[in-house]
Amino acid sequence: MRLLNLLKIAFKAIVLNKTRTLLTMLGIIIGVASVIAMLAIGEGSKESIRSSISNMGSNMITIRPGADDRGPARGSGGDVQTLTLQNYEVLKDEATLLSYITPVVNGGGQVINGSNNWPSTMYGVNPDYLKIKVVDLQSGSMFTDAEVKSASKVAVIGQTVVDNVFPDGQDPVGQMIRFNNIPFKVIGVLEEKGENTFGQDQDDVVIAPYTTVQKRILAIDHLNQVMASAISEDDAAEAVTQVTEILRTQHKLMATEDDDFTVRSMEELISTFSSTSEMLTILLVAVASISLLIGGIGIMNIMYVSVKERTKEIGLRMAVGGKGADILVQFLIEAILISITGGILGVILGLSATVFIEKFLNWPTSVAFYSIVISFAVCAITGIFFGWYPARKASALDPITALRYE
Amino acid sequence: MTKEIIKIEDLKREFTMGTETVHALKGISFIINEGEFVTIMGSSGSGKSTMLNILGCLDQPTSGTYDIDNVSIKDLSRNELAAIRNEKIGFIFQSYNLLARTSAIENVELPLLYNSKVTSEERRERAIKALEMVGLGERLHHTPSQLSGGQQQRVAIARSLVNNPVMILADEATGNLDTRTSYEIMALFQELNQQGITITFVTHEPDIAAFSNRTIILKDGLIMQDYKNHKVLSASEQLAKLPKEEPVL
Repeated sequence: MRLLNLLKIAFKAIVLNKTRTLLTMLGIIIGVASVIAMLAIGEGSKESIRSSISNMGSNMITIRPGADDRGPARGSGGDVQTLTLQNYEVLKDEATLLSYITPVVNGGGQVINGSNNWPSTMYGVNPDYLKIKVVDLQSGSMFTDAEVKSASKVAVIGQTVVDNVFPDGQDPVGQMIRFNNIPFKVIGVLEEKGENTFGQDQDDVVIAPYTTVQKRILAIDHLNQVMASAISEDDAAEAVTQVTEILRTQHKLMATEDDDFTVRSMEELISTFSSTSEMLTILLVAVASISLLIGGIGIMNIMYVSVKERTKEIGLRMAVGGKGADILVQFLIEAILISITGGILGVILGLSATVFIEKFLNWPTSVAFYSIVISFAVCAITGIFFGWYPARKASALDPITALRYE
Repeated sequence: MTKEIIKIEDLKREFTMGTETVHALKGISFIINEGEFVTIMGSSGSGKSTMLNILGCLDQPTSGTYDIDNVSIKDLSRNELAAIRNEKIGFIFQSYNLLARTSAIENVELPLLYNSKVTSEERRERAIKALEMVGLGERLHHTPSQLSGGQQQRVAIARSLVNNPVMILADEATGNLDTRTSYEIMALFQELNQQGITITFVTHEPDIAAFSNRTIILKDGLIMQDYKNHKVLSASEQLAKLPKEEPVL
């Protein structure tokens, strides 16, 4: 009852000073709106990194020969020949946490069709490759296990290669191309994937059976890489351990010896990139929080002025029976009302700004519900925190002095 | 037996100004009974304002006792004093002290907002009744800037009546008004007094004192005179005697 009365009084005071209240709110509005928008941008970019990495196959596990080359002495993985076809066969049989697995051999070269040529990379793989990379064909078909076995000269090409060696819009499926002067029959075209997160064109590839690439193009016995996918994203970490153990046994490594190969899951990659974008988000939010803080100081300032200006009114309220606590609560409610209303308007503005950014700037955004809750809570706390001092000052006034104040 | 509204005994109030001690009130005793209309007079420095603050429970005496409506205010806390002001005293100020841009009725409701026993319907009802008592039943929703000085003071009087106080305490209530309007206000006070309301009126104008039935004159912190007025002037009669205002052309 009493609180309701005080709420009424505070509300009335706010309404009586519309312009000033609105200007005070502006600080909070902008603060909250920018926190929400910044968080949305941060979340959005994190999600887009995650999804584009997932696009590359979120369960994907890569096995490269050579020790972990993240250290300072960078060994060139390409020259190390410790990864063999036999390793692949054993992994295929024994690694229970893998659903798909393919050997990978790759080499660069010229793709030629008549007078058109284009430098590209040929990947020698098996049909599991499409499942691991989560990519479909837009036309034609993938080569079969039989074609792998017989080392057929068939290829599936990416859209960039199509655009460059078949510039007149002719259907490439069924056509012959040459890669490093070896003729291949094009049997399929990969669906377009665009650039990946690192700016690499994922459509600039030629895929052929690994047997063919090993024998005809590269003339090697070892593998450049083994790619696999874990049975699920959650099993990826365990699958890495399993693969490592199998390979250590295969390579007859002693317990004291380091791995002579590197197994990595996408999860690691995601976390590396997420942490970068997280740092960026923190930075953005820190800047936005400063404006929220300044908004809070604005409230404190206006409440302070308001207490000074209404000293006589405070004296009167005390004379007719207002207790110190009543005055304190009244001014506190005023501050909280200003900040919460500012908070609501800020949320609305922030959400509209987010929509605007998404629509017109084409930045990925994602509004996290927690960001709304947090900025709202921060607003209420700001109101209490910055309203407290002026309200306290008002309630401590001596009614006699306050009544005489001019 | 008449009821004692105010009972003051050997009341002293001292202020410390730096190293000096100022004795504003040096031992004052009086009783105000229910239904009295008392003016407290004195020149500046007589202790009049200090007296008013103590009577209004805004300040507490250094020594001596002060009972209002049989409640001793000595040793009451700030909050308890606020409650006494809310329930037992109606304040009227020289400069009206109305809330700007706030309607008459809302101004009158103000003291009741601090009394949680009064419901909002009752609050409105009582505010309307109080405004009708002061003759402003037609101007409930006017804001102070839409009212004349006299009308504003009437709103203030209504505000002082709304909590049914045991005493109305007026501080130079006619100080800002012209003669005609102040007689009108005094007539209203007399009318209210006749209805049984106890009024204590602090002023320095002798002609105002002539409308009350008792006058206490302070000087240098002591009571110089305390006398019953046997020939109370009627403010409404005095008002009738004033020269008619020339209509402004």
